[in-house]
Formats: sequence, structure tokens, C-alpha cells
Amino acid sequence: MDFELTEEQKIIRESAREFLLNECPKELVRELDESDEGYSPDLWKKMTELGWMGLVIPEEYGGSGASFIDLMVLLEEMGYNICPGPFFSTVILGSLPIVEAGSEQQKRAYLPRIAQGELKVTMALTEPSAIYEASAIRTSARPDGNDYVISGTKLFVPDAHIADYIICVARTDNGSAGQDRPSPEKDIALFLIERSAPGVKTTLLKTLSREKQCEVLFEDVRVSQDSLLEMRGWQVVQDILDRASLALGAEMLGGAKAVMDMALQYAHDRSQFNRPIGSFQAVQQHLANMWADIYGTQYLIYKSAWNIAAGKPVPREVAMAKARIGQAYRRVTILGHQIFGGIGFTMEHDMHLYHRRSLTGDLLYGDSDFQHERIARELGL
Amino acid sequence: MLRRRPIRIASSRGKEDSVAMNFEFSKEEIAFKKEVEAFIKEELPPDWEERSLYWPAAYGALPIFEEEFREISDELCHKLGQKGWLTIGWPREYGGMGSMMKQAIFEDVVSYYRAPLGDVSTSISGPTIIALGNEEMKKEWLPRIASGEVRFWLGYSEPNAGSDLASINTRAVEDGDEYVINGQKIWSSGAHIADYAWLLVRTDPEARRHQGATLLIVDNRSPGVTIRPIENICGIHSFNEVFYDDVRVPRKNVVGEVNKGFYCVMLALLYERLIIGIGAFRRVLDDLIQYTKETVHNGKSLSENPLIRSKIAKMAVEIEVLYGFYWRSVWMMDKGQIPELEASVLKLFGSELSRTLANVAVEILGLYGQLERGSKWAPLRGWISLGYLDSISGPIGAGTSEVQRGIIATRGLGLPRK
Repeated sequence: MDFELTEEQKIIRESAREFLLNECPKELVRELDESDEGYSPDLWKKMTELGWMGLVIPEEYGGSGASFIDLMVLLEEMGYNICPGPFFSTVILGSLPIVEAGSEQQKRAYLPRIAQGELKVTMALTEPSAIYEASAIRTSARPDGNDYVISGTKLFVPDAHIADYIICVARTDNGSAGQDRPSPEKDIALFLIERSAPGVKTTLLKTLSREKQCEVLFEDVRVSQDSLLEMRGWQVVQDILDRASLALGAEMLGGAKAVMDMALQYAHDRSQFNRPIGSFQAVQQHLANMWADIYGTQYLIYKSAWNIAAGKPVPREVAMAKARIGQAYRRVTILGHQIFGGIGFTMEHDMHLYHRRSLTGDLLYGDSDFQHERIARELGL
Repeated sequence: MLRRRPIRIASSRGKEDSVAMNFEFSKEEIAFKKEVEAFIKEELPPDWEERSLYWPAAYGALPIFEEEFREISDELCHKLGQKGWLTIGWPREYGGMGSMMKQAIFEDVVSYYRAPLGDVSTSISGPTIIALGNEEMKKEWLPRIASGEVRFWLGYSEPNAGSDLASINTRAVEDGDEYVINGQKIWSSGAHIADYAWLLVRTDPEARRHQGATLLIVDNRSPGVTIRPIENICGIHSFNEVFYDDVRVPRKNVVGEVNKGFYCVMLALLYERLIIGIGAFRRVLDDLIQYTKETVHNGKSLSENPLIRSKIAKMAVEIEVLYGFYWRSVWMMDKGQIPELEASVLKLFGSELSRTLANVAVEILGLYGQLERGSKWAPLRGWISLGYLDSISGPIGAGTSEVQRGIIATRGLGLPRK
């Protein structure tokens, strides 16, 4: 057993932290949060130059072929600093499905362009029922000659409004509002659809964290066979959900560490009753709890990611990691707020930037209740 | 069943590096675990399941405190001593296997089966003597500890010195070749079944609080030692008051240096915090899962109840977190690092999980959660209700949760004390 990062991973961590500190200061974060687009083309270009988009894309398709753990280390730094933009959607929700399920032709067509920062991609999965299960997919893909016609409503689609392509998860059976199918995971397909295709309508939702999520309407969107990414798609979706859970977990871990660092510094700097507030037991107990919460969860996150990187399916471990990180991050931001007192309750202070993200992080890709039920099944209950 | 295709994405472990994250055990460690498991299953009596008791990370209901298990325990200790399995984490030069990781694996297995073993001599006193004792002390004590011949008990707390250990009053005065000890210890777990006290005494009353104390090994059979039992809330005689009236101890029984006793105790406490009976957490979970699947009330098994499913799942997550702290602590020790923060959080988290787990367990059992050992209808041999009581002890003994958090905050995170 070994808990050490590789030298390369240490370099990724240090260089990413410094890069983001300089190139994505909180002023920019706030600006992007308040904008509709939510990303900076200039920053995007710089990230591309660093090879970030193609980090885990295989070398033969223009990427670096690095491991999932390397990506996790990078994502942790992005969560630490906060880095608004379609990186997560493009890399995790966009490039990973293409790598896993795309044809050779599709991989050559899209992956190099993603690695070069030319394309933004996302995945439209969740529907108004807001459940991460195959049975919840009602969006239909009706075969029509050599084409498919796609109809349905997707919600909470990250960055759809600026994406070039949207991977739509749809049902290819005759989509009769899916009551009680015996095997809902069958007949789920993935389609790679241009956002500019006729019938695709995106509306930006207003989220508490200001992360850009959209409603996407597919109104009789006609797509050719070429856009079919995977016919038997639910397993791909499940794999992506696992990776997205851990990837988001890494971001949340980074965010929690940032809150810890800020609160710890404040506990040293802020004085009341003629002494630093960090000398009071109650404040000390909070910080100790934050520390334990963060480093306790880190083990679950990296252990799962390591197994995934080694090609081992670990649904129970992933569910455990996801169940805990959201709750831990939320506990940490609440304690962080408590330590900062009044000043932390202002928009001007950075604390709320993390607090908001702790909530969305917990809710996305299956919240703790969902994950606990998944764990219960895996335990044989 | 959908066809599973191999996952090619990001599936390399990165470039070949001498150092890389690894969450698996080595082949050797896996083989060792199997060996320990086979041994312990073989050695424990066939009816051990029905008789044994132990609540993870708690201090009151240890099997070694039960009279009826004493013989089994002694025999097991003796056999383990012969195999060298009492000192797995000791450096090779002192007869150990030089692997805290393997020792941790060993303890994980034996605690799962609730084996009646005591750890103080081999896991606390031995390692402290190795680190801080002089050569004479090592020669005299290590072989006897390694063979499982001697049991120690920890003599720290006094009526006026619990969390504030520096307030100890038990005095040791020099008299020629000896010290003469007068005073009293309390919460002396296992003193009544041990051979030697690992005793912290005040040797220089003028010195500042953490200076002027010395750690001594004191024979329980010395004239002037009186051991008085205290019954804990589980109804078990686990600890005692121990009185010292002009008890004489040879000066060579000083562990480390005179007046530097606190340094020894701090190291000893670190070792103590690693002992949490981690396998027993998994054991409780497994027993609860089995119980909920088998128990049918009003036509439905308990395992169908969503609240129960959620509670058990949460416990599974927290147990996994505990293992993370556990493996990390021993990994650090094998690398020659002192896991000060990590050992504190391990003890803190484990003892509080012990309490949470007990609460979850009694709630799952419902009305049956109140039935004690020996009662008709008591599920799981009344083990859960016993654990509910014993789980009070975990976050209190060996440094309260409040103290552990204080250590994490001040020594770990560098926060000021005033």
C-alpha cells in the first residue's frame, strides 16, 4: 500500500495551483459566475496550451495518455482555486464517452479537436424526474429510414448553451413513456448531436452555485446514423457517472481543502477577547473536525479512482466515495462559515463561493441518499 | 445482462515511477492474512461464536477481562509468541518482522474473530522500550514480552489526573538503589490480571508539570501494592484502583530517563491509539447485515426497510474511512515517520464510530436492542446491548475525543493554545 503521489503528479499539483492562482483569480471567478457564458476563452486557450483538455485522451488521438489519477490531481486543484468553465463537461462528460464507445472514425474526428481546445462537449442525461437511473430516461430516438428523430426534455445539462456537441442519452425502443419495463437498461443509446442542429433548444438555468446548467429541449431533432455513438449505451453512461462522481469528488476535495486553509489562517489572524480565535477550544474542535472529514474522505476518493484507473469496476467504492464527499464538503463549508463569522456571510468574501459549490457537488451525479441505496444493494441487503 | 466492454479510458497507472499510489496489499501480505485467518479459526474454541464478546474501539468489555476466557487467552498468547506473531511490528533486530502493516493486518483479522488478546505489553510497552529504553532494559524485558509471558497494565490516570495527566501526584522518592512509591492510580484497566505496572510517577515535585515525571516498571506482587476492583457500567470488572504504600522498585526499572517520563508516555500513547480492534467493526456490520436479512417482522425482512438500508450503508462508508486512517498510520510508521496526527484521528474517529455503530445497531434491533446476554429472545447473544453500554468508554479512554481534537488542532494544525 502506498499513499504517495508520483513525481509527475506532484508537478501537476504544484504547477496547476500556481497557474490557477495567477490566471484565474477570484475576480475572474466572480466575473464568470455572473456572466451567461461562464468561461473565459483566454483562460481556455492557456489551459489548452498546458495540455489539460487532452490529459487523459490517448496519445494516438492527440492527448497525453495520462492516468485517471493524474486527472484527479488536476481536478483537485481546479476545485481548490475554483475554475469556472466547460472543462469538466468537455473532458469527463464529452471526451470520455467518445474514448470508450466511439468508433475509430468518431475518435479521429472529435478527440484531437477536443485535445486542442477546439470543441466543447457535454452530456444530456438527466430528465425532469431528476433520477440517475435508466428507467428515468424518456427521451426517445425514433428510427426513421437511415436517421433517428430525437425528442425529449433534458435538465441540468452542464454548459449545453456553449457546447459545440451534446451527447444525448435516449431510448430507442418505441419510447412509450417507459412504465415498468422489465429491463430499463436495454435500448438506451448515445447520440453525438450538434447544438446547432435544428430542434435543439438550450435555456440557461439559474443555479445557486452559478455553475452553468441548462434545460435542453430536443424537438424532433433529426440525426444521421453517423451521430450514433453507442447503441447499447447504459453501461457507458454508468461508467461515465462513476468517473464523473469521482472527478467531481476530486474537485470537492480541493474545495474543502481551500476552505480549511482559509479558515485556519483566519483562526490565527483574527483576535477577539485579546487572543486569536484559534486559541478557543470550540474553534479548534471545528478545525479538527474539518481536517478529519477531509482526509477521511480523501482515502475513499483516491482508492476508488485508483481502482478505476486500473480497470477494476468498483461500484460500491465509488458510491461510498460519492456519498461521503458531498456531505463532508457541505459540513466543511458550514464550519468554515462558522469560523469566519459575520464577514463570511458577505458576497465580497470568498467563503460563499465554496459553500454554494458544496451543495451542487453533493446533489450532482447521485446524491448521498441515492448512493447509500446503491451501497445497500452492493452489500446484499 | 449487458455486455461489458473493457474500459480503455485513462486506464494506465501513469508513467512508470518508483513511487505511485497503490491501494492493494502485496502478494506476501495477502498470503500472510490468509495464514493468520486459518490459524485463528483453528485455535479458537469451536463454540467461540456463542461465547465471545467485544465491542470495537471500546475498553470495558474485552474478552481478556472475563475469567472464563483467561485460559484460552494465555494459551493463545503463548502460541502466538512462539510463532513470533506478538511482535510483528517490532524491528527485526529485536525479533520482530519489521512490518507495522503486517501487524495491522494481523490485528484486523484477529479482532474480526474477537480473539481474546491483550496488546499492552507487545504493542505499547515493547515498542516504547525499543525506542527509548537503555540496553539493559531491552535485554531484560523484550524477550519476555515477545514470548507473551508478561502482561503490563497502564498506570497513568489518578483521581485528580485524567485528561490533565501532568497533575499526577503519585510520588517516587530515591532511596539508595531503589525508588519508594506512594500514591494511587485509577481506571487501571487489567491491573488485576497483569504482572507489571507501566507506571508514571512524580520524581521531582519542584519541576514544571510535564518535567519531573518518570516512567517505571513496577511488579504487581511488590509488597504495598493493593488492587481494588471497580465495576464498569457493563457489569464487567475491567478496571481498578491501585494503591501504592511504600512500594520499592529497583532504579533499573526506569524506562528511558529519569524525569523524562512524559516523553515515553507520549510515545506510548501514540502506540495505544493504533489499537482499535478494527476488524470488529466489520464483524458488527456483517452480523447486522445477516440479522436484517434473516429477521422478518410482519411479513417483511428488516433489510427491506429503507431507513435500515440507509443506516447500514452509512456505517459501511464510515468503516471504510476508518480503514483509510488505519492503513495510513501504519504505512507512515513503516516509512519511519511518526503519525502523530494520524494516530489521534484514528483513535478519535474509531471511538466515535464505535458509539455511532452501537446506536445504529440498537435502533435496528428495536425493542430487542434492550435484551442482555442470557436473556431469552436476546438477538446476537445480547452483544449489541452490551456494546451500547461499552461504547460510552471509547471516546473517553486513552485521551478523550475533546483532547484528541485539541491535539489535532494544536500539534497538528499549529493553532495557539492561548
